[in-house]
Amino acid sequence: MGCGRVGAELARLLDAEGHRVTILDIEASSFDKLPPDFKGRALLESATDEEGLRKANISEADAFVAVTRDDEKNAMAAQIVKEIFGVPRVICRIYDPLREEFYESLGLEAISPTVVFARLLKEKLEG
Amino acid sequence: MYVMVIGGGDLGYYLARELLANGHEVLVIEKDAKKCERMEDELGSVSLCGDGCEVAVLTKAGIARADVFIAVTDEDDDNLAACQIAKQKFGVPKVIAKINNPKDERIFAKLGIEHTVDGVALVLEHIKAQISTFPLIHLLSLKDRGLEIVLVRIAEGSPAAGKSVKSLSLPSGSVVSAMIREGQECQVPALDTIVEAGDQLVCLIPSGSERAVQAALVSSTREQSG
Repeated sequence: MGCGRVGAELARLLDAEGHRVTILDIEASSFDKLPPDFKGRALLESATDEEGLRKANISEADAFVAVTRDDEKNAMAAQIVKEIFGVPRVICRIYDPLREEFYESLGLEAISPTVVFARLLKEKLEG
Repeated sequence: MYVMVIGGGDLGYYLARELLANGHEVLVIEKDAKKCERMEDELGSVSLCGDGCEVAVLTKAGIARADVFIAVTDEDDDNLAACQIAKQKFGVPKVIAKINNPKDERIFAKLGIEHTVDGVALVLEHIKAQISTFPLIHLLSLKDRGLEIVLVRIAEGSPAAGKSVKSLSLPSGSVVSAMIREGQECQVPALDTIVEAGDQLVCLIPSGSERAVQAALVSSTREQSG
């Protein structure tokens, strides 16, 4: 969910490796970032909505990733997908490090790009 | 009581005003500085400008000692995030969320936020109550008891007209608690009271049994009468 730079790039990579990919976004123009040879599905739906997720055949999915720019939407979608549809692997992006910790404590797999990038920068500086 | 409100729109503002009038300590957390200013001007020092979904903001606002936490922004994902943090991270005893999309009530319950108020459904029911062609109106949900209080208008040709209260085929667990008849005082009907067209019945019914109640009191065929 979320066809921003990260979402589109992840979709491209997975698609190129032969995975079946469905990408959701609520703005049609976001799909412009997908490469012309993208073989997956681009769906104009919200993943914080059960109906939208059903249209994406979520119950058949092996994995779900939420990378909109909105932490709350990512967390909500990830929880719906995990708790209601029982998708085995669910990852969401949470910019706020404190909230990332919180969602981890709820059993969600959350990644904070803020933390990851800061750590990376620190390593570069020290290396 | 210390009540924390997330979202300083109209609802948040009036909620804060009522709570203050009842002597509670109130803090409204709102992102929009203009809305905070309006609240400061009219209600005094009761707002904090910031994101109520952020752990750091909530900590600063003293969430650890909050008795009640209410999220009333226009975004359900924000209300969910704020309430989950309040309940699961800080253990606030009472957490209430406003829901903007009626479909989200079930999702919130599933994700641990049981106390929700569905704004759209409430307004819808109030509008329906003003339009006499809607035969069944929800008055109140007693969610923790699994009960609903509904008002049913008995129309001409209703399967209930001419029947006694005890012979109505209502779902089990239902109670006809009051009967309003044109030109008469409201009464508690006896089991042998005969229901007539034009009556209004206030019934307690088990949640989710609305369809059965419709079938028993309204009509099996959907009439579009004026």
